Amino acid sequence: MTLLQVKDLGVRFSTHDGMVHAVNGVSFNLDRGQTLGIVGESGSGKSQSVLAMMGLLARNGNTSGEALYQDKNLLTMPAHELNRIRGNRLSMIFQDPMTSLNPYLTIERQMTEVLELHKGMDRKSAKKRAIELLDAVRIPDAKRRVDMYPHEFSGGMRQRVMIAMALLCEPEILIADEPTTALDVTVQAQILSLLKDLQRDFGTAIIMITHDLGVVAGLCDQVMVMYGGRVMEYADADHIFYQPSHPYTIGLLGALPRMDDAGEALTSIPGNPPNLANMPKGCPFYERCGHALDVCADTIPPLEATGERSQVLRACHVPVTQLSIQGQDKEALHV
Amino acid sequence: MFSKAKRQEMAQNLGGTLEAAVVEGRSPWKDARIRFKRNRAAVISLVLLALIGLLVVVGPWLLPNTFDDQDWSAGQPYGPTMAGWHLFGTDDQMRDLLVRVLMGGRITFLVGIVGSFVAVVIGVSWGAIAGFMGGKVDALMMRFVDVMYALPFMLFAILLMTFFGRDLFQMFIALGLLSWLDMARIVRGQTLSLKSKEFIEAAHAIGVSRLSIIFRHIVPNLLGVVVVYATVTIPNVILTESVLSFLGLGVQEPMTSWGVLVENGAQHMDVAVWMLLFPAAFLMVTLYCANYVGDGLRDALDPKDR
Amino acid sequence: MSETQQPLLSVRNVKVHFQVASGESVLPWTAKKTLKAVDGISFDLYPGETLGVVGESGCGKSTLSRAILNLIPATDGEIVWMGKDLRKGGSRDWHRVRRDIQMIFQDPLASLDPRMTVAQIIAEPLRTHRPELGNKEVMARVRQMMRRVGLTEQQINRYPHEFSGGQCQRIGIARALILEPKLIICDEPVSALDVSIQAQIINLLKELQREMGLALIFIAHDLAVVKHISDRILVMYLGREMELANKRALYDTPTHPYTQALLSAIPFPDPARERSKTIQLLSGDLPSPINPPSGCVFRTRCPRAEARCAEELPKLHAVSGDTQCSCLLT
Repeated sequence: MTLLQVKDLGVRFSTHDGMVHAVNGVSFNLDRGQTLGIVGESGSGKSQSVLAMMGLLARNGNTSGEALYQDKNLLTMPAHELNRIRGNRLSMIFQDPMTSLNPYLTIERQMTEVLELHKGMDRKSAKKRAIELLDAVRIPDAKRRVDMYPHEFSGGMRQRVMIAMALLCEPEILIADEPTTALDVTVQAQILSLLKDLQRDFGTAIIMITHDLGVVAGLCDQVMVMYGGRVMEYADADHIFYQPSHPYTIGLLGALPRMDDAGEALTSIPGNPPNLANMPKGCPFYERCGHALDVCADTIPPLEATGERSQVLRACHVPVTQLSIQGQDKEALHV
Repeated sequence: MFSKAKRQEMAQNLGGTLEAAVVEGRSPWKDARIRFKRNRAAVISLVLLALIGLLVVVGPWLLPNTFDDQDWSAGQPYGPTMAGWHLFGTDDQMRDLLVRVLMGGRITFLVGIVGSFVAVVIGVSWGAIAGFMGGKVDALMMRFVDVMYALPFMLFAILLMTFFGRDLFQMFIALGLLSWLDMARIVRGQTLSLKSKEFIEAAHAIGVSRLSIIFRHIVPNLLGVVVVYATVTIPNVILTESVLSFLGLGVQEPMTSWGVLVENGAQHMDVAVWMLLFPAAFLMVTLYCANYVGDGLRDALDPKDR
Repeated sequence: MSETQQPLLSVRNVKVHFQVASGESVLPWTAKKTLKAVDGISFDLYPGETLGVVGESGCGKSTLSRAILNLIPATDGEIVWMGKDLRKGGSRDWHRVRRDIQMIFQDPLASLDPRMTVAQIIAEPLRTHRPELGNKEVMARVRQMMRRVGLTEQQINRYPHEFSGGQCQRIGIARALILEPKLIICDEPVSALDVSIQAQIINLLKELQREMGLALIFIAHDLAVVKHISDRILVMYLGREMELANKRALYDTPTHPYTQALLSAIPFPDPARERSKTIQLLSGDLPSPINPPSGCVFRTRCPRAEARCAEELPKLHAVSGDTQCSCLLT
């Protein structure tokens, strides 16, 4: 069953330097219990697209397209209606937990407040529920810790508290915006395994936004790779990792430092990310692409299903066959 | 940012064979100038201030009257008239008010600028040294500032003026000495936050000496705050001078300042309201403009709004 | 790396302790507590070699790098640079050493003075240590260095905020290289950069190292990043050394339980493997460096901890030709 249907989502900001198109033509469906990974570097528009859905864009931002939740468009919904959904059916966790925790209130007060507001619970049962959820995110000694203030928790613990808060109303969709970027690797591993377990137990659909392909690999069913405000490739995780069909995805995988790779040199993508205020006319990746054709310079490639693999959507003028041949060549050179 | 892309485009059009000329960077100051120009109120205020400044400097030379000549031909003070170029009328001593307002403006502007300058010089050195040295030196220097704060400001000014006589030069010093305290605190705070920045650490790691770090890295990065705060100090100093003059402790007759003129006007407002109106209007417009310019500069130099 | 070669840098039992006011009392005469940021680190670094220093936040890796340059003075131990103990010398010695040891910082933009042009930034080390050079010579060297790190000469008068993160880090590298130093300390130089840019910077550093025969100390919080650049790797935890091993040995046969946990925590970009792998999750939180556990500092989170780990202080000892480990059980 489709929970969330996003159609041709666009986000633009009016700035002093002119109109900035941060997100263009993003479409996807999210089913119950499914995990979607949105991967991209800074400025790829990955965060702005979900902030738009949550109604959290900066004041100079504008949206276009649709994001349908229960047949209602989140993008045009009036604020009071959105508030009923936000934090209740649809909740979000951020990179820095401190930005969304109030430092002057205890964890207990912050959690019970949400329950009192959305579920109409009384303080006592709300507290009981809060402790249950802190237990669920594996915070040791939750009964005592619930009365502590945010600063008394370590970074990893705060992120757990955030996740517990996001899950308070048993949302159908959890949006995680780089939830582990600020954390150490061992803590990251804890949080990721926690998210996996929670999804299994609660059946929540997750949208995971990250710049790290490794984080997405074990967690996500579908992966959307974004660059310069556009979707480059959208496919299930196995296709993205084992048979990437877009030059950018291939480049990103090559640039990732891997533990299992004997090769010494990392394959880097030359050049710098494009300036959103001044995007090239054609494919945003054109200037850095090793496979670019003449047509790429002035025509934006449409996001289409590739011939034999209909479940893979890619936006590239270069035929898949040509990519794989060149890819093999590169490997041959390495050996 | 557009121009950068355009240049790249140009380079590509030329086939990339021609070496493009060295690109001039857009310094933080240049950025600030662009942002300042977008602020309508601040730009208008700046223009007005410049106009008043120009008038004050040039006016007394061009006008036929002088500030201390008494014109008893009418027998009693009269209001604005074209006759004898007494555009603002005369004061109770039958002196031309227009020229007196302009002359007073000279003094007021001078007091504002010199007083702020003294405050900036003392405040920046005091604050930067205290902030950069840290530890005991910092504690001692800032406690001294606290003690100065604790002294009642007006009383201090009045004492200074009565002890050392009412001389223009001493007034500058007194005003400067009293308004550097805020500057010192602000600069110290800014220095403390700059000191922990990575580029200062980088300079230490390179082996740059402490003195060079202060003058090459810290002071230039303080300038934005200093400029903004100095523009706020100018009206404060002007206001203080007006208050002192109003109390009769300011400049001495026949020389005048806006504060003296307002005080004098207030005494005669029931018979000659123009004597209060004109100097007060000049003072108000100047203070308003200076504050708007200060606000505009703060917005322009504060990179956080981006 | 022959054993007969003299090490460039020898760090012997270096400690950096800070006095901090204890949390419970605000009274000025309460006894201060000691925060052991770095607590007895030793290693040798040979010319042209890269030592990776890995550990999570709070392990003291950044403090250690600053102690080597005396940016944060060490409280104990020896820092021997080319046979000379710097801690016994004066500020003159440190100044001279800063010509040979340079540093690259984590935040590329914050480490550049926003009011200076690229040329002024890159030239600063030359102006500090080689004041005899004329302006023309300085600018010629700056231009040459800019080309070498992959910047174009047209950008010479631009300001840091006009560059992307990767380009700013190139400016930082140019500044570090302009004096032709013997050692560069890289403090998490790529952790603030995008993946595709990370690879550019790592490859650039390796290339420059080969050309100029540099030694590198490369600090990172993640074992995946250092793998591509290091010859040997030092794993730190709570101010102490856990394992010091050759790269191959460390990744193939990690000895210390903490190293094993760190390795297993790194996600693979491989769905099948990720879904099936078992991660050795560390339990609990990092203990406070003000009041570290007795004995082995890792024992509170170690899956293999025994009773004696609480009593004996483990020392770094050789377990094989390539690996030194400070675990009592190895």
